[in-house]
Amino acid sequence: MEMLKFGKVAVLAMALAVAAGCSSKGGDAAGEGAVGAESGVDPNAGYGAGSGSGYGSGSGYGSGSGGAGGYDEAALRSMTTFYFEYDSSDLKPEAMRALDVHARDLKSSGQRVVLEGHADERGTREYNMALGERRAKAVQHYLVLQGVSPAQLELVSYGEERPAVMGHDEQSWAQNRRVELRR
Amino acid sequence: MTKLRHLVLMGFLILVARIGWAADPLVITSGTDRSTPVAVVPFGWQGGNVLPEDMASIIGNDLRNSGMFDPVPRQNMISLPTQPAEVVYRDWQALGTQYIVVGRLLPSGSQFNVQYALLNVAAEQVVASGSISGTASQLRDMAHYVADQVFEKLTGIKGAFSTKLLYVTAEHLGQGNTRYTLQRSDYDGARAVTLLQSREPILSPNYAPDGRRIAYVSFEQKRPRIFIQHIDTGRREQITNFEGLNGAPAWSPDGSRLAFVLSRDGNPEIYVMDLGSRQLRRVTNHMAIDTEPFWGKDGQTLYFTSDRAGKPQIYKTSISGGEAQRVTFAGNYNASPKLSADEKTLVMVHRQEGYTVFQVAAQDLQRGTVRVLSSTSLDESPSVAPNGTMLIYATHQQGRGVLVLVSTNGRVKTPLPTAQGEIREPSWSPYLN
Repeated sequence: MEMLKFGKVAVLAMALAVAAGCSSKGGDAAGEGAVGAESGVDPNAGYGAGSGSGYGSGSGYGSGSGGAGGYDEAALRSMTTFYFEYDSSDLKPEAMRALDVHARDLKSSGQRVVLEGHADERGTREYNMALGERRAKAVQHYLVLQGVSPAQLELVSYGEERPAVMGHDEQSWAQNRRVELRR
Repeated sequence: MTKLRHLVLMGFLILVARIGWAADPLVITSGTDRSTPVAVVPFGWQGGNVLPEDMASIIGNDLRNSGMFDPVPRQNMISLPTQPAEVVYRDWQALGTQYIVVGRLLPSGSQFNVQYALLNVAAEQVVASGSISGTASQLRDMAHYVADQVFEKLTGIKGAFSTKLLYVTAEHLGQGNTRYTLQRSDYDGARAVTLLQSREPILSPNYAPDGRRIAYVSFEQKRPRIFIQHIDTGRREQITNFEGLNGAPAWSPDGSRLAFVLSRDGNPEIYVMDLGSRQLRRVTNHMAIDTEPFWGKDGQTLYFTSDRAGKPQIYKTSISGGEAQRVTFAGNYNASPKLSADEKTLVMVHRQEGYTVFQVAAQDLQRGTVRVLSSTSLDESPSVAPNGTMLIYATHQQGRGVLVLVSTNGRVKTPLPTAQGEIREPSWSPYLN
């Protein structure tokens, strides 16, 4: 048991070392992962660059994990809601950074979580139900690509039925297009 | 743009003209773009107590809601006859009224007997008359019955004023605390009865063709599942328990099968279940979203929403397989397809090219022309009356979900009386009589 735990930590440390050692390569890998998660939708150039620079700062928490764990990582860990653009299920770079932390935690804990997909109120309810699921699937695919077992991830879409914010403007809609990771 | 407008207007006039021609030529002016003036005179009642319902007002509203009649305001009436012998035709000719409805209620034991007549002012003759009995709580039913009789006599179209609606309400009681209910009411929103209550979302209610069963999606098990409920007994059956989406139930025309959406094979696809054998058949097979099935009258064709071309559009396919055919091309968002009973008109949620608002629109399936029927911005869930003369949809007014009744000729738009909370997802019953 002790050995097993140690083994896991060692693997994790190795993975982190690799990521920290070649951050630009890590960015590329994440970009490919994202393509998979979008079920064939081409990411635009700006999107790819975004995730690349995101990994640049990733080296910061790579070194942090050697110590007591940096502020960055705690902040990312507390981020459990991931937002989307209108009619899109593309993960944003900050969502991917947070999901990288969650993926590490889930792999080591083996915990089961629920990915709740949501949509804003525009468009029909059943189409939005499907859109919410597509978003939850994008998060699922990303986590699975990071090595999380699919058995740990349960998906449910609430469509537009459970808005986080009740307003009827772009600001509210932006907060309602989301996936929530619930333990 | 002007040309398009003309085309749409022409389509509109042709639709009106068609309704005219289809009707009894004796009684309705064909080809006119004006509603027929009709006077529904307050019904007589000799009893000492005040009647709980205003029969004439209900009948007048019914006729107005069809978009084909223009009831004469009560204050303009010169005389108030309650039976044909009391009618002075001159009084009504002066008002330009083409038809009069008169009636009276007589006590009949613990019941009421309603006697009514429809008169043609120009011809100075009774066109139809009849009577019906019921209890005080059935006065609204009797008023809708009289309206159905008058409407059918004057238009040749069976009246749909005795039909019902299903709809969902959501009342936000606090953060993360919402009370959802499934309601059934008269078609005009009166006499709502709660069929189901839940702390979890309820959606997509839908009447079976027999008018006695309904299907809907409930999250009561924390996951979406499809249920059938028997209206009279309240008995419920859980129909689906699949991983992922379980949604958008739609009854086949003979009521023996249910089409719905499952994502158990990875993404939303449309399936058909035989309710007798519970056998499941997958109909669509595409990596895009396929949802919101609606049956054609042949029991073979399914209309549905799909974003296989990038944005949601409406397609049709045969349940026995084959290529899906795209049906809608105007606009960058078309969803929630519903067909009129004659299958000539497709009603849907529509977003015009370059617009951000979602509206209810009707597409003429022969000509392909699209006519926008609603005028607000978050209009959805259209449902058509069984005779095709009216439809109902959900929208927002002052930030609240409300239902709006609109005549398919576009002339009349009436918000329904609203209960507490958000009201959404109206679904029109079939004929119930």
